[in-house]
Amino acid sequence: MSARGEIRFLLNDREVRLGAVGAGDTLLDHLRLEQRLRGTKEGCAEGDCGACTVLVGRRTPDGLKYETVNACIRLLASVDLCHVVTVEYLRDPEGGLHVVQQAMVEHHGSQCGFCTPGVVMSLYALWMEGGCGTVEAVETALQGNLCRCTGYAPIVRAALDAAGRGAVAEDPLVSEREAVTAKLAEMDDGARVVVSRGGSTAILPADADDLARVLLEVGNATMVAGSTDVGLWITKHMKDISPAVFIGHVADLKRISVTGDALFLGAGVTYSESASVIAEHFPHLAEFWDRIGGWQVRNMGTIGGNIANGSPIGDTPPALIALGAELMLRRGSKRRTIPLEDFFIDYGKQDRAPDEFVESVRIPLPVSGTLNAAYKISKRRDEDISAVCGAFSVALDGGKVTSVRLAFGGMAATPKRAAKTEAALLGQPWNEASVRAAMAAMGQDFTPLSDWRASADYRSKVAANLLLRFFLETSGGETPARLSA
Amino acid sequence: MDGGRKQGTIRGGVHSPERHDSAHKHVAGSADYIDDMVEPAGTLHGWLGLSEAAHAEIVSMDLSAVRAAPGVALVLTAADIPGENDVSPVHAHDDPVFADGKVMFRGQPIFAVIAETRDAARRAAALAKIEYRALPALVTIDEALEAGGDLVTAPLKLERGDVESALKAAPHRLKGGMEIGGQDHFYLEGHIALAIPGEDETVTIHSSTQHPSEGQVLVAQVLGIPANAVSVVVRRMGGGFGGKESQPALFAAVAALAAKKLNRAVKVRPDRDDDMIATGKRHDFKVSYDVGYDEEGRILAVDGTFAARCGFSADLSGPVTDRALFHADNAYYYPAVRLRSQPLRTNTVSNTAFRGFGGPQGVVGAERIVEEIAYALGKDPLEIRKANFYCAGPDRDVTPYHQQVTDSILDRLVSELEESADYQARRKAILDFNAKGGILRKGIALTPVKFGISFTATWYNQAGALVHVYKDGSIHLNHGGTEMGQGLFTKVAQVVADCFQVDLDRIRVSATTTEKVPNTSATAASSGSDLNGMAAQDAAEQIKSRLRAFAAEKWDVPEDTVRFEAGQILVGSEVLGFEEFIAAAYMARVHLSAAGFYKTPDIHWDRAAGKGRPFYYFAYGAAVSEVTIDTLTGEYRIDRSDVLHDVGKSLNPAIDRGQVEGGFIQGVGWLTTEELWWDRDGRLRTHAPSTYKIPLASDVPRIFNVALAEWSENKERTIRRSKAVGEPPLMLAISVLEALSMAVASVAGYRECPRLDTPATPERILLAVERLRTVDGAAA
Repeated sequence: MSARGEIRFLLNDREVRLGAVGAGDTLLDHLRLEQRLRGTKEGCAEGDCGACTVLVGRRTPDGLKYETVNACIRLLASVDLCHVVTVEYLRDPEGGLHVVQQAMVEHHGSQCGFCTPGVVMSLYALWMEGGCGTVEAVETALQGNLCRCTGYAPIVRAALDAAGRGAVAEDPLVSEREAVTAKLAEMDDGARVVVSRGGSTAILPADADDLARVLLEVGNATMVAGSTDVGLWITKHMKDISPAVFIGHVADLKRISVTGDALFLGAGVTYSESASVIAEHFPHLAEFWDRIGGWQVRNMGTIGGNIANGSPIGDTPPALIALGAELMLRRGSKRRTIPLEDFFIDYGKQDRAPDEFVESVRIPLPVSGTLNAAYKISKRRDEDISAVCGAFSVALDGGKVTSVRLAFGGMAATPKRAAKTEAALLGQPWNEASVRAAMAAMGQDFTPLSDWRASADYRSKVAANLLLRFFLETSGGETPARLSA
Repeated sequence: MDGGRKQGTIRGGVHSPERHDSAHKHVAGSADYIDDMVEPAGTLHGWLGLSEAAHAEIVSMDLSAVRAAPGVALVLTAADIPGENDVSPVHAHDDPVFADGKVMFRGQPIFAVIAETRDAARRAAALAKIEYRALPALVTIDEALEAGGDLVTAPLKLERGDVESALKAAPHRLKGGMEIGGQDHFYLEGHIALAIPGEDETVTIHSSTQHPSEGQVLVAQVLGIPANAVSVVVRRMGGGFGGKESQPALFAAVAALAAKKLNRAVKVRPDRDDDMIATGKRHDFKVSYDVGYDEEGRILAVDGTFAARCGFSADLSGPVTDRALFHADNAYYYPAVRLRSQPLRTNTVSNTAFRGFGGPQGVVGAERIVEEIAYALGKDPLEIRKANFYCAGPDRDVTPYHQQVTDSILDRLVSELEESADYQARRKAILDFNAKGGILRKGIALTPVKFGISFTATWYNQAGALVHVYKDGSIHLNHGGTEMGQGLFTKVAQVVADCFQVDLDRIRVSATTTEKVPNTSATAASSGSDLNGMAAQDAAEQIKSRLRAFAAEKWDVPEDTVRFEAGQILVGSEVLGFEEFIAAAYMARVHLSAAGFYKTPDIHWDRAAGKGRPFYYFAYGAAVSEVTIDTLTGEYRIDRSDVLHDVGKSLNPAIDRGQVEGGFIQGVGWLTTEELWWDRDGRLRTHAPSTYKIPLASDVPRIFNVALAEWSENKERTIRRSKAVGEPPLMLAISVLEALSMAVASVAGYRECPRLDTPATPERILLAVERLRTVDGAAA
């Protein structure tokens, strides 16, 4: 198969073909410096402020889907065969301000205006989904957009007002969806893509088998899925990630299936793509899932990436370890399956060969009678990195604990089970006394660090208290044991 | 919403809720910030090389690899500065552009690289080899105090009455202290300057600055040229909040220096991390107090010290720590008082102006004193507040700086809010809720704010404006104030529209530039509308008076019968359209341009004596907040906040409401989740939004009722009897802090003041809960 030497995408209303693209080139720099589309702003270059929010439309089995992303850490190569929509393209069918923009103006939703294009793009995406109707939905959509001036109240008022205005079906991005899909399909030759600039190379394999081949060929590749972490290696640390192998577009890695007693998530499935299936089968994770990053990050970031990068403070590993998840790794045509917890060897060290990749995760469905919970503790409720993350799964028989899995993030150099604490609970009656005894044992499991997110003292106290919260919430007490959303 | 034209009125005059003049461009992405402007051909880009030691001698500096890196055009160090290596806003000669021989904080600029692209400059900067010899570094307030307490500027003492005797004679006395954290401005648009060289010595700098005139003077000083060779221009900033008062001069100076050396345009824009590491923030304070009070909770004497981490240089720390003392009474009369500031030198970034300018820290201190007394006496803190309000009794109206409070409206404002927010019933319900002893606990608090309006540097209270009426009847407005999102351009334009009685869209406001209005003051201290509104009105009135004279002569009527009304000019029995009238005036050679000027009357301040009338008037407000905390984790939620705020007779109620809402939430961030965290080596570890957490939409109170006290009018003759609004609302967020405190106090039966330090992160809440439980357990 011959490789294509250019990326192709639609930018607003025109087609762009680029051969000179480096592995680390960001979409934002391309928009601002090359295309001179300067409505999209840089506020932080790390995907946390949302001033650079644009929409990226990609063909999926369910049709062309537009999602908000942070252009600052979205890598240019990854928009191959996508439709990139910037604030300059936003308009109402008559060509004036879009109803979302109009509502923002009328409700005084901008002050300094610098965050505004990003806010508008997030609200536009929500409006297109018909989702602007509730404060909760608006707040969730704005988890990835910081505004320092307004205090958000007028922005929320604008969003709620926009919900009832304008016809979604007549919106250009909706009414032109078929034509755009056809254009993207026309550009798609099914080929591997290899582009480079100044000696920095990006490779987009054609499919999962091609990915397996590429990794064997290249050897020392940096794998890039959603680039919500890799993006920062570039913008913050000027790291050269070439040769980079992009996997976010690989359809084979985006499979979601429920077979028998488990949910399988392909490694390229994003947080957003998995949200509904997770909420359906693991209701205790529904709220937790919405607290991973902001909306843009959840649209980009993948489960596989969250695991494979090995961070001790990633949110999904503790939640999945508690559920007994397994990881499928692939090297060439060889596959192996390991318990997820065994993947994390030490800080910065995982059980993965350089030419091997995470292909999917298997998450056993909860058996009736097991109690499950996952909690995230952070300085700010939304779009923050965990100080401590605790996820618990306990099976009971006759009131006694017959199996127990307690997994924590932020407590050690890797996501880790609390072995001594588990031992203290196993076989014990599920009551407050047993739980308190287990809490006392937790000191033997962890010696957490003090840093800017939390002190060791707080981490230890809160980790133990989360176990108590778990007990209180699952033992039918009348008074609430935590704040509702 | 549009003002909506009523018959016989103009659209967009004063007191109408006009939208921000750039709103339609903000939402479309077509409002240009400096980085969005079309760059001149050949524009180069700069990047700063920052110190990696907190306090050290530079033993050697090898920049050869930097110079040799691809795309590099120039490397600048202290040796390349033709003028003075100083950008101190107070001319203290302690704020070098580039560190020379010695670094004073981790993140201090040492050199700059100018290259073909920003990326090339940044990569080159990383190649510097600098060897340091470490000197003892003082990072915290405690370290600075232990080392002898070197000050960056002269401290202030405010004193009235005999505080020692009053403390001794008081029936009750308590001592305590608290730590108040700093705050990063986190303007969404970071610092930026684009310098374009001109002929001779001249240079034009587009600078994201609240203080163009200061930038002009400092750049001229660095370049060793007169101020008339430097123009500073700013159309808008993507937020300022005080962070762009003194701090932009560094970037402007580097860009201008390079532009003149290379004769090419040069842009300098640090990334978010360098912006946060290398530029100043809100001061953190350590407050200690010794208070005497009576059975009713009336304060009898206060002896307080406000020690501030100022960083390595003076910057604006003098006036900031002064303002902390000016507000250490908040709304309360102290019969005997002594307040002292300690502006401490530390090896950290030099702290600077931030919305409230030290005032908020003073107010937090005052409210802590009230809270302490309330817990000690077992009373509702609101009772203590009311008992201590200025003017709550005869002869209780003099501040610690000997200014009489003559305009207090807090009695009415607080009782209205207490009623509308149903404070008493809700407090009772919360006490009942907490009595059940659950994991979740609630708190409620009503806190007031009284904020002094005027620069305490009295000479700053002046402003200029320039108004042109063109012969087609369109009007051009320019003034010394800068637009940072606060809607100043809109408000001042409304004033001019009202003066001329024309629709607002007849007026265009242009970028603030030192070439149009000279010697301006910073757009700061909430003074923008007060000062520039008056100056613009003066300019408009000058033109109107010439127009009246012209009309009186031409139509032979007395001048005082010429009236400007709703887009028309009434001259005797004649009615002329504005355009027609202006065209006639032009033909009659009437001067249709005027420079306006304003200086605030009646203010004076003798710092050495600690006496005077530093403030023209006070702005007031109050808020009630209710919170719930989780005593297992320290997490919390703001359930409801009700705000009633005084903006006098508002120039623009929509924009003012925006300031109140936004200021409140920014204050909530300061007091709850925004934590600046330096490690032992003096390295700021919270230097980007991934680690520094400002509020999100979901952090806003679940119920958020904001109202302006519509009945209020400024007693002083301010612009259309309005009041300043930029800073005061920030302090309304103290209601959230104190509500959190009450929720914590509930675990020990409210017998103990929790003494929460700020920011009250979930960690501080949980540790306070545990501390109180231990104390309570020990006592029980």
